[in-house]
Amino acid sequence: MTTGYSFSHKHILSIHHLSPDDIEFILATADSFKEISSRTIKKVPTLRGRTIVNLFFEPSTRTRLSFEVAAKRMSADTFNISASTSSATKGETLIDTARNIAAMHPDIIIIRHAFSGAASMLTRYINAAVINAGDGTHEHPSQGLLDMMTVREHKQRLDGLKIAIIGDILHSRVAHSNILGFTKMGSRVFVYGPATLIPRGLEKLGATVCVSLEEAVKDADVVMTLRIQKERQNDSLFPSLREYAKKYGVTRDVIALARSDALVMHPGPINRGIELMADVADGPQSVILEQVTNGVAVRMALLYLVMGNT
Amino acid sequence: MMLENWLLKNGRIIDPVNGLDRIADLLVVNGTIASSETTVPDNTTILDVSGCWIVPGLIDMHVHLREPGEEYKEDIISGTRSAAAGGFTGVACMPNTRPVNDSMSVTLFILDRARDGYARVYPVGAISKFSKGESLAEFGDMKEAGAVAVSDDGLPVVNSQLMRRALEYAGDHGLAVISHSEEISLARNGVMNEGVVSTRLGLKGIPVAAESIMVYREIALSEYTGKPIHIAHVSTAMTADLIRSAKARGVRVTAETTPHYFTLTEEAVEGYNTNAKMNPPLRTEEDRQAIRAGLADGTFDAIATDHAPHSSLEKEVEFDLAANGIIGLETSVPLSLELVRDGVVSEQRFVELLSVNPARILNVPGGALSEGMPADVTVINPDLAFEYLEETVVSKSKNSPFLGWKLKGRAVLTMVGGRVMHNLLQ
Repeated sequence: MTTGYSFSHKHILSIHHLSPDDIEFILATADSFKEISSRTIKKVPTLRGRTIVNLFFEPSTRTRLSFEVAAKRMSADTFNISASTSSATKGETLIDTARNIAAMHPDIIIIRHAFSGAASMLTRYINAAVINAGDGTHEHPSQGLLDMMTVREHKQRLDGLKIAIIGDILHSRVAHSNILGFTKMGSRVFVYGPATLIPRGLEKLGATVCVSLEEAVKDADVVMTLRIQKERQNDSLFPSLREYAKKYGVTRDVIALARSDALVMHPGPINRGIELMADVADGPQSVILEQVTNGVAVRMALLYLVMGNT
Repeated sequence: MMLENWLLKNGRIIDPVNGLDRIADLLVVNGTIASSETTVPDNTTILDVSGCWIVPGLIDMHVHLREPGEEYKEDIISGTRSAAAGGFTGVACMPNTRPVNDSMSVTLFILDRARDGYARVYPVGAISKFSKGESLAEFGDMKEAGAVAVSDDGLPVVNSQLMRRALEYAGDHGLAVISHSEEISLARNGVMNEGVVSTRLGLKGIPVAAESIMVYREIALSEYTGKPIHIAHVSTAMTADLIRSAKARGVRVTAETTPHYFTLTEEAVEGYNTNAKMNPPLRTEEDRQAIRAGLADGTFDAIATDHAPHSSLEKEVEFDLAANGIIGLETSVPLSLELVRDGVVSEQRFVELLSVNPARILNVPGGALSEGMPADVTVINPDLAFEYLEETVVSKSKNSPFLGWKLKGRAVLTMVGGRVMHNLLQ
């Protein structure tokens, strides 16, 4: 890490805004917090008296729970607000909702929202630190960080690794954060999916767009599959889930093309038998549940670090 | 009633129609431009405009005045005040008001309100009833009431047969047809240019082809029918190429672009800036350069602003939900002068783009400083620097991506029919 480095972010809005030093520092902090979750008494007083609001405008089980567990293990007071995005149509704007919550003086607002840029917008109107827990099809930075943490635990490095990301890159905020994050850390990211689900300009973000599943997966250190949203077939982005599973699904044969010690990852929730076959998801190379465990450590690190800058 | 007489002294008169570019005085007697031989009457106000340009009144052929229906954003009085402040003596207002200007009565209402305005108002009627794209609006009636052109601006005319009929029927009534060119099935739900920035920001993109496909249809219809067509707010390199080649083979196509397309790129959306959201969207640097090249080589006939006022209700929201459009009347002159300073266009061409050609395309008076014509005159100080600040914006709405910019060059006097509507000289 560069000498004289200090973590300077008040908000965590995207991986795009983080430097390699920032990512390194967050991962190192997360590593040190991970042990807390394996203690008998899983609680440290670090954020005692701090107020953290989980403001979720989209349904979420694991991310919301993960942030809540992280906050509680740091002794913060947490509040969950599950708002419907449709409340905007009932009259209250996102800004008004956020200002009302901000008037109760939370220290950190964790937001998930269906629209890209929602987290960024909050920072212009309120004083609390903002952590983006997924905004539209933009980014999901804590997921990107926990994925990098998981890979680094197994490979002891990120530099020089081949990361294959398979599936719906267009709509996946996880993919966007991972492409930016792994690339910043020196990994080579290869993506593959139906051309209808590959957004323009990925090469300029540092990814290699592959023409076949084989090209993407061959000798990869990591094979990450993305959830395919079932409603996408109605948009004619691909003809059917059946064909998607057949042509783009990651099977044991596909994984055999990767390095023998390749990791199998998925941000969840999985459509078993569509983008990822059950035997691969549950196989010896799968680190899918470790991703969930590391999610708590990464989120503890983010809460701790942004609190130091508010 | 006699109007005040004016003598603008020592200005640089740039009047391409009359082949003039020289330092001289301009005399305005009782609202009309007097010949240079006329003796200056005793009761004449003399203004020294040394260092300034005296040009035919600027005409913005594409604005939204929001009246009737959305007066909280802009109205005809505030919009024409903004126009005068920006140096415009005339504006063509698009029909997407509430109700849509698709009838004689709405056209008459607009012109009635405009009598107390600060600039001439040229109503553009709708192509189709309610701008729904289903059947032709009453062009003849609207023309009789004072409309100068027809357009369903804000929406494309999806039905090609209807567009063909519009070109043919508008010709009978001497109305220009202005196309908002957008292939809606490609653009649908898009909120910015499709490319690396939309990918990184996670915003749905609008491909450049959504514009050029429809522009090609308009060119094909114009070529087939022999009727003229004007393409509004061109944003892409591909469209510039289509128009250039169509003109080369004699198609009667004209086109406008806007200051934001030759000044900004999609990068302005960074940070989810809703004041950089408009339709068509800001494009790439290559597109911006192609637009500038098209202004230089005559592909574009006019610079229009697409002045589109919106209040904070429409703009201080999530990017996906924000309304399209920015105000532009008060920034067009300095941003267009940047083209002159960069050597992209000459001073004469600047006047053609902002006055001569809009008058010609819309077939309205103006565009020249000819003796005996109503004195629609703009005086520009090309070196006057100013900071464009929200509190100084004349328009009712403040939705500009240029707020906080240091701009250079400004209209210091705007005269409509000999009446001074904006004056920074005294």
